[in-house]
Order: sequence, then structure tokens, then C-alpha cells
Amino acid sequence: MEKFIEIKDVEFSYMNEYDDPPTKNTVLRGVSLDIGRGEFVAVLGHNGSGKSTLAKLLNAINLPEKGEVLIDGMLTSDEEHLYDIRKRVGMVFQNPDNQIVATVVEEDVAFALENIGVEPAEIRRRVDEALKTVGMYEYREHAPHKLSGGQKQRIAIAGVLAMQPECIVMDEPTAMLDPIGRCEIMKTIKQLNAAGVTIILITHYMDEAAQAGRVVVMDSGRVIADDVPKKVFSQMEMLKSVGLDVPDVTELTHALIAEGCSLPDDIISEDECFERLYNLLKKGG
Amino acid sequence: MIKDITIGQFFPGKSIIHRLDPRIKLLLTVIYIVMLFTASGFTGLLAASLYMLAAFIISGIPIKMMLKSIKPILPIIIFTGILNLFFISSGDPLVEWHFIKITDDGVRTMIFMAARIILLICGTSLLTYTTSPITLTDAIERILSPLKVIKFPAHEIAMMMTIALRFIPTLIEETDKIMSAQKARGADMESGNLIHRAKALIPILIPLFVSAFRRAEELALAMECRCYHGGEGRTRLKQLKTAPRDYVAVVITLIFLAAVIVLNMFSPI
Repeated sequence: MEKFIEIKDVEFSYMNEYDDPPTKNTVLRGVSLDIGRGEFVAVLGHNGSGKSTLAKLLNAINLPEKGEVLIDGMLTSDEEHLYDIRKRVGMVFQNPDNQIVATVVEEDVAFALENIGVEPAEIRRRVDEALKTVGMYEYREHAPHKLSGGQKQRIAIAGVLAMQPECIVMDEPTAMLDPIGRCEIMKTIKQLNAAGVTIILITHYMDEAAQAGRVVVMDSGRVIADDVPKKVFSQMEMLKSVGLDVPDVTELTHALIAEGCSLPDDIISEDECFERLYNLLKKGG
Repeated sequence: MIKDITIGQFFPGKSIIHRLDPRIKLLLTVIYIVMLFTASGFTGLLAASLYMLAAFIISGIPIKMMLKSIKPILPIIIFTGILNLFFISSGDPLVEWHFIKITDDGVRTMIFMAARIILLICGTSLLTYTTSPITLTDAIERILSPLKVIKFPAHEIAMMMTIALRFIPTLIEETDKIMSAQKARGADMESGNLIHRAKALIPILIPLFVSAFRRAEELALAMECRCYHGGEGRTRLKQLKTAPRDYVAVVITLIFLAAVIVLNMFSPI
């Protein structure tokens, strides 16, 4: 697969300037990661593992202290390419309320396009297209504050989508949503990925990560696992040692295996679990 | 319930007044104010009020709304009325009692001033009734943009107004939540004297401010991610275009202004 994002030995730290003397809080300690065009990568890690910091390195909000980040061959530290990079890598944050700028849905979706100086007719076309993609076209003239959390988050996604980015980085986009909202967002994400958009989903929900094509696990500023979901989640002990969980069905099958049932140890989806258990019980009965 | 508040006093509609270019509407409002202040006699004022009445009827705004907009300035009208009544000593005296002297000039000026203030409020209210705050902000930005040459931050001011409008409902909702949270912790906001109640607001204001700053930081980040870099090289989704109806409105308004000036000559007061 063609490389789209290359992260090479990146280190990053925040300075606590209010401490006396100023202390350094190292967040990333040598992270290397390649992400191909069109991939769907989930990044897992508990609080403080550096996953949000990593996300902000991808569109030049943060610049690496050591090492380098290349987006489509462009260095993020190169000022000249700043807006080219931000156009290619869109970002969606946790709280939908804090990323909507305008008081009308369609105006908000148009915001990024207005910033990069797209012609009005083309803005109209792309805004309509983005709103249709996330299924919010009928709400284009509504006020954002009257929409539900899931709807607002879809507007935020549409706002990024209108830039026609090649990659969207989502920093816990479902953390503040109810189950219905989460479901809507996951559906949108999968649909975008199917249309060829590279997705980097930062999450702490294991069932969401299980739906990705690849899972990266981070702990104290390092990548400690990077593989397909089945392989990552079968390492239950390792995940638990860094304060993470595995999907409920994986935990269940592991418990059953420990009791002597003959089940594979890499079950991550409910459907698969159901089928295996059904077959097992039928054979047994 | 608290979520449904309307910002400003925009009254959605599809009348021709609603559809006028907001920049033209601002211009018309200015001409109208000039008209009111050039009118020196009752006939001039009558012409201006006919203009206002016609505009109100065309806009389809209920008359109730107009009265509602006058209500808050009633004390000012009464105050200026009383001042005019007692401090104008020219003209024929109507009542004389000790040091109080009311003249016919005083009464006339009182009525004239009151009518002028009421018409002024009606005109500006009509502007805000028929133009949504966001369109108004947009119009202000475009009207002020020539001033960018002298480094006047037209875009920045408009952007701040837009964000303020966007966050008013969000922050109101938040205030509601914080109030509930503090009440649940035993905060008492309804009893005691004024100072006591003002002090009781502190535990609401502090969390509100902290949260507002946090929101501001996140919003700035989200805006940066969407390539925001000030007003330079920015295009807009909605272009403002003047239509023939805008010119017609300007011409009619100017005719009224001319009429007021002519009427002034014939009836000095």
C-alpha cells in the first residue's frame, strides 16, 4: 500500500512553564508509524499515553521535537506546506459544540472552504455534497445548537469533509455522545473509509477499535502493539497490563477457553462469537 | 425551554423587507434616522411616520411586536417629556403655579420629542425584526471592509460577533447546568438581600468562565485545523447581491427624505 503518513522516531514534550524551575513533560518517546492511503487505523491507549498529541502532529498543530512527520511526502515543519497539509488531513475533536463556528449548519460546513478561498459556486456544491454524505442535508438551514450530539458531530465531520481531505483524524469523536450518536458516527466513518478516505480513529471504546482495519496501541509515549484487531485483542494480558480492556466478547471467549472450551482466541465481533458459541453448543448438545 | 430563546429579536418572514439586501437595509435605516432629525415640524414627522407605518405593514410584523419594542424605552420617553414640559419657558403660559410654569411651546416640544423617539425605536426595531443577526453581522463586515485600508479590523470584529452569537445558546445551557449542579450541592440563590444574592452568583460565574476559556481554546484549535488564517483571501458561501427592489427602496426613502425637507420649509413648527 502506498504510504500516506510517515512518522519517523518522533519525540514530543510539553513544557510546564509555571513550575519553578520549568519542568519538561515528555509525551512521545520515539514513535515510528507508517499509514497507507485508504487505511482505517484505530489508536488505543489510556489517558496520558500520548495518542491525542500524536494526532496533533499529523496536521502541523504540534511540531515534533525530534524526528519528522511526512504527510504525502511533505514535512509538517515546512511552513510553506502548512495549508496543503491541513487541507489533506482534517481533524475532528471530541466536543462537537466547540468546533462549530457558525450559527447555521451550511455556513459552518462552508467555513473551511471560505478560509482556503474556494469560489462561491464551488463552495455551494461541496457543502451540499458533504452534507449529503453525512446524511444531514435536510438540516442545512438549522441552528446547530438545536441538534443532537450525534448530529452536531456529523456536521463537524461534514465541515472537514468539505475540504475533500485524503485523511481524517478523529480524536475520540464519540466520547461525548449517547449510544445512538456513537452508532451514527461509526456508520459515517465506515462509509467514508469505504469511499477511500484514510481514517485515523483515536478511541477508548474497544468495540469501535475492533471495527478498524488496524489497531495501534500506545502506552507512555510509545507504540507497543500495531497489528490487525484480531491479533491485537488476542493479547489480552498485554492490553490489561497497560490499563486497557478487550471487547466484551473477547473477554468472554478467553474465560471460556480457560474453562476448557474449544474456541479460537481471536474473536472480536459479536456475530462471530454468537456463531461459534451456537456451533459449540449444538455439537455438545 | 431555555434552549429555545431567540437571539436578538429576529422575526422570520418572507416579505419584501425581509428580502432586501442587509447592506441596503442598514443604509435605509441611516437615511430614515436622518429624516427624523431633519424634520423640524409636525408635518415632516407625519411624513416620516407614514413611511414607517407603510414599511411595518409591508414587513408583516405584528403591531404587538412594535409596541413591545417601545415598552423598555418608555421611562426615557417620560423623562425627556417631563424635562421638556418644565424647562421650556418660551411661548404662552398655560399653567403657572409658584415656580412651575408650563407653556404651549413646552407641551408641543414634549409631544414632538416623544414622537421622534418612538419613531426612532420603531425604525431600528424594524431592521432587527427583519434581519437575522448573522446577516446583519455579514452586512456590517462588508460595509466596513473598505476601512481595512486604514487597518480597521472589519473581518475580525464580524468573526467575533458571529462566534458570540453562536455561543450564546451554548453558554446559557451551560449556566443552567451549573446552576442545577450548585443547587444540588446546597447553593442558595433565591433568598437574602441583593448583596447576598449577588455573592451567590460567584459559584456559578467561576465555573462558567473556566469552561468558556476551555471552549475558546478548543474552538481556536478546530478553526486552525480548518485552515483559518484571518480574513485575507477569504471567500464567502453566500454572496450579497443587490436586486432592483433594493434600488426602488432607496429611491422611495430618498423621496420621503426630500418630502420632509420640503415640508420643513412650509411649517417651521
